[in-house]
Amino acid sequence: MDIIKIREQFPFLREKVNGHPLVYLDNAASTQKPDRVICRMSRFLESEYANVHRGIHLLSERATAAYEGARDGLARLLNAARPEEVAFTRGTTEAVNLLANSWGRANLGPGDVILLTEMEHHSNLLPWMHIAKETGARVDFVPVLENGAALDFDAARHLLQKRPKLFAFVHVPNTLGLENPVKDLCLLAREAGVTTFVDGAQSVGHQPVDVRDLGCDFLACSSHKMCGPSGIGALWGRMELLSAMPPWQYGGEMVDRAYFDRPATFREPPARFEAGTPPIVEAAGWAEAIRFLTETGLEDIREHSVALANLAATQLREIDGLRIFGPDVRQAGILAFSIEGVHAHDVAFFANERGLALRAGHHCAQPLMRKLGSPSSSRASFSLYNTEQDVESLVGILREAVAFFR
Amino acid sequence: MDNELYQAVLLQHSKKPRNFGRLENPTHAADGHNALCGDEISVALRIEDGTVAEAKFSGSACAICTASASMMTGEVKGLTCKAAELMAGNFRLLAKDGPGPDVPERLQVLGGVHQFPQRVKCAVLPWETLVSALNSPVA
Repeated sequence: MDIIKIREQFPFLREKVNGHPLVYLDNAASTQKPDRVICRMSRFLESEYANVHRGIHLLSERATAAYEGARDGLARLLNAARPEEVAFTRGTTEAVNLLANSWGRANLGPGDVILLTEMEHHSNLLPWMHIAKETGARVDFVPVLENGAALDFDAARHLLQKRPKLFAFVHVPNTLGLENPVKDLCLLAREAGVTTFVDGAQSVGHQPVDVRDLGCDFLACSSHKMCGPSGIGALWGRMELLSAMPPWQYGGEMVDRAYFDRPATFREPPARFEAGTPPIVEAAGWAEAIRFLTETGLEDIREHSVALANLAATQLREIDGLRIFGPDVRQAGILAFSIEGVHAHDVAFFANERGLALRAGHHCAQPLMRKLGSPSSSRASFSLYNTEQDVESLVGILREAVAFFR
Repeated sequence: MDNELYQAVLLQHSKKPRNFGRLENPTHAADGHNALCGDEISVALRIEDGTVAEAKFSGSACAICTASASMMTGEVKGLTCKAAELMAGNFRLLAKDGPGPDVPERLQVLGGVHQFPQRVKCAVLPWETLVSALNSPVA
């Protein structure tokens, strides 16, 4: 992986903050976009844009080709059995809401258990809590081990043997810098007859993710976390499961036959789950991002980000009173930490003044951070365009912040 | 730069906050929360004859929020509830628009946050919590 060549492709790196070069370590929140994604979207808007699946005219044909091409591209990236297993959504959050409202309402009833983990992002927590309330189901949680070092695998095994209806869990959590053993967990679930959903927001596009190898039933991901535009994501599901699911939003494009005097009939997936005009331009951009990441090499991208996170962890541990959440050795390019006597919000502000973009707060995982005893923490997350020099800036600025605030 | 926001007096208040801790036998109390950054703050008051006799705060918050709470609890002691609520309203204007005439001199230093929109909430949170405490008698 040629880091210099990669950096040349990201125009945001030319931005300065108070005269400082921009060091962007908020990649777990959203990644920056390379030239070719930006250009692809602008070219699409110039000469290929129309609504999809509707017009019998040139531009609509071009737009449909680009939109369906994006579906093919994502299906290949995930190694889905067929492109029709991919339904586009606004993002991972909407994908979970789709699953909860469609599959959830059709399959959950009083007394059923939805099994989650304590390390879920609000997006894979709140939709299930809501649907549990509506259906009379109950939500249960696989605990995390001390300091968020790992998921409690034995507890997961035990809880799965109690045959919950669904096990919905995150592949790479957005705070802990670990990767859950998805394949093993899915195997346990399958043996117990439990349907599985994997939140792949922080893994897809960051490392190879093969849904058939993982053995999950559903998986969701977002474009904006993998160098594509915001506003589009996807739910992948095994076709026989998707085919059995009812629609959750109604309108154009998802309907087969509509009448005044009798119920409408609906199309097969994925159209059934894509009511209304979809994010067309975003799909074209996402497809380009997928090509970019695949050409760069997903295994290399993972290695690079994890190595930077480990380098940062090693150096940050030398700061007195700095506590890193998660395992001792990073499994993902994410590093959340708190510093005794220095509040995360001040750290992020202080860092920004020096050109360093960090995340501060609860990282959309309030119950987890509360359990770890830190309602507010800082997070540095690495992507393919980050460098060892970025780690140096991070460490230097944090040392300065400690001296300033403590 | 940092110095515009984190003036020495604010840092002193955040490093060694006044009136920090639990208040014995509060008559009024409320919790405040900043969803953006995770600041959590509790304000407890003892109100006697319509006047704030004692005010304390606790919780975990950033330097700006802590300094603001530290200064606030000092300022409102001895004020009538009505005057305290009025001061909270004026303080909000100070934080949003910058130093102005309606807020005691000692608090003007917090007006610097108006240049940093994402920090306005930090400075205002203790005051919002104060107002809700003034209206929340302890059962």
